[in-house]
Amino acid sequence: MAGRMNRDMQAFVALMALGLVAPLMIYPVFLMKVLCFALFACAFNLLIGYVGLLSFGHAMFFGFAAYISGHTVKVLGWPTEFGILAGTAVAAGLGLVAGAIAIRRQGIYFAMVTLALAQMVFFFCLQAKFTGGEDGIQAIPRRPLFGVLGITNDFVFYYVVLAIFAIGFLIIYRTIHSPFGQVLKAIRENEARAISLGYAVDRFKLIAFVLSAALAGLAGATKAIVFQLASLTDVTWQMSGEVVLMTLVGGMGTVFGPIVGAAVIISMQNYLAGFGEWVLVIQGAIFVVTVLLFRRGIVGEILAFIGRARASSAAEQQEVVADRQVEAGG
Amino acid sequence: MRFSARALLAAAVTAICAGAGAAQAQYSDGVIKIGVMNDQSGLYADLTGQGSVWAAKKAVEDFCKATKCHDKIEVVFADHQNKPDIGSNVVRQWYDVDKVDVVVDVPTSSVALAVNNITKEKNKVFLVSGAATSDLSGKACTPNTIHWTYDTWALANGTGNAIVKTGGNTWFFLTADYAFGHALERDTEAVVLKSGGKVLGKVRHPFPGQDFSSFLLQAQASKAKIIGLANAGGDTINSIKQAAEFGIVAGGQNLAGLLVFITDVHALGLKTAQGLIFTESWYWDTNDANRAFAKEFAAANKGNHPTMIQAGVYSAVTHYLKAVHELKSDADGAAVVAKMKATPTDDKLFGKGSIRPDGRKIHDMLLLEVKKPEESKAPWDYYKVRATIPAAEAFRPIDQGGCPLVKK
Repeated sequence: MAGRMNRDMQAFVALMALGLVAPLMIYPVFLMKVLCFALFACAFNLLIGYVGLLSFGHAMFFGFAAYISGHTVKVLGWPTEFGILAGTAVAAGLGLVAGAIAIRRQGIYFAMVTLALAQMVFFFCLQAKFTGGEDGIQAIPRRPLFGVLGITNDFVFYYVVLAIFAIGFLIIYRTIHSPFGQVLKAIRENEARAISLGYAVDRFKLIAFVLSAALAGLAGATKAIVFQLASLTDVTWQMSGEVVLMTLVGGMGTVFGPIVGAAVIISMQNYLAGFGEWVLVIQGAIFVVTVLLFRRGIVGEILAFIGRARASSAAEQQEVVADRQVEAGG
Repeated sequence: MRFSARALLAAAVTAICAGAGAAQAQYSDGVIKIGVMNDQSGLYADLTGQGSVWAAKKAVEDFCKATKCHDKIEVVFADHQNKPDIGSNVVRQWYDVDKVDVVVDVPTSSVALAVNNITKEKNKVFLVSGAATSDLSGKACTPNTIHWTYDTWALANGTGNAIVKTGGNTWFFLTADYAFGHALERDTEAVVLKSGGKVLGKVRHPFPGQDFSSFLLQAQASKAKIIGLANAGGDTINSIKQAAEFGIVAGGQNLAGLLVFITDVHALGLKTAQGLIFTESWYWDTNDANRAFAKEFAAANKGNHPTMIQAGVYSAVTHYLKAVHELKSDADGAAVVAKMKATPTDDKLFGKGSIRPDGRKIHDMLLLEVKKPEESKAPWDYYKVRATIPAAEAFRPIDQGGCPLVKK
């Protein structure tokens, strides 16, 4: 376990190092988008990968938090950091309500309840005055962070977003590897047994749901400041589907999978934009191939490959030792 | 990854007018780079899409001939998939990394408003042909944006006013129940009442809607002469189709579309769309220059004929190139736009016109009616021109838009 944790930490440090130099080579606004979606996918993965709850309405937290942070910063004139926190807090509150309703059911019913609630939020965003209908909230100002840090510069803001992502990621990582996370995994594996062991399963699920919603909200609120706009795109059910796609492609239930998945999907949307409608076809094809051939996703398959290699080399070593013993004995 | 994709794009679409020995002007990076951004794959791909890219390249080609290819001009394009965040990402990258000087077209109002802000921030030029929202020359106007082809106010006004004048004085509205639908309904209703018409009733349908039957029956029962469709895209198409099934037009009522394009009529077919009345700023079969343009366009675009948006792209790019050529510089976006506003517009498709201080391009609008199948003599022969709305009356008066650039 400790070894696993160390390896994860090494990978995380390597990832952060990559993150620090990436904007020198790649356009920072694009990287910020990847980071926001990576955090969104990580938050989603916390639910599906570690509690086994397929939420099909996570766009409501992502998109609604974007509206809240956009509205508080632009119209109410709040400082950027409070705007992002407000978005996160509202998403958490929304998560509490949606979670309290949805966790009463399992499997497909859970997914449908979350989808229905997300559609209600979508409808609210479509109708409410402050969201600006299909025009969205435009021209959200990027005010200096903490009153001093000028984030109108994309480079500077990139490192802020990287820090936000790192915080969100570490919260998720800590959650997964805590006793609380162990209980979540127990619920995923066998809910009935977890209940019989005396765990208040519903409460654990609800806390995980709220945490996931809050982090999805953090991602959405940050994205609104990055692009200086909050729009209906972020609350549509397609967005809920996209985050499922990212998580599955990257590797459900792995710590780094959603990050890789988000990077792959966002890169495709961005750099293959010239192919027009073919982007959707390519995305669909990749999804089908992933589900049919690489069910563990990109990171999941790599981990499994490393695991197999380790196991076989360990087996070989054992054989060698056994042979020697035989030789020595003979 | 980024470079290969961009190289691919550039290779695919570059239309270069190489300077034939002439000295290069002081353009930023020695080249005028035009970025056409629109929907290449979704529901607006037919009315903007590759057709707009072709129109921009055609404008470059014609300008090149007129100026003996003095300037080096490049055209690139991208698909914003009707998502404002993708559009905003592409445009930022265009301005920051790819050195694009002017962005053209951009349907979908939310994307256009996002591009509008970024263009002002980076001091480049934004020529809107595809987007409809009249905010672009109203409260969201900037010194860097020109709204070229049409806007919601002009459509509502043209359709509302002209229909009442030609006898359609009783109305019933079928409105998409969200901000855009409400705004269209409100604007049109005001025009109808002002011109002496009456609104007999209105009904709001959910957005997006599938089944319009109960709403259409209410509209039919109202006995209004005109049923105004204050909706867009798939909702308009569906309501027109279902109205045809109910025999509404055959029963003597007329449908008035508030956001309809020739590609929609083509998709619906004349049998379904006949009798539909709406406003556009350009139709290919009105004079020889337009017909010649449409013929070339059709040859290059699988037989499709140009929409007003695609024609508007041609017109806007032509005027932009003239201004830049005269200034001998494309570096300062606001200066280029100021020059464009100061120069009267004149091109083969939209004729003579002008650009107001609020960034609104002014030209005549056409009130059109879709022909009956037996009246149509050739493919794409779809419209009868019911009236021409003179430029002076076609657009929202400059003092009513709330544009901060306009001095009170």
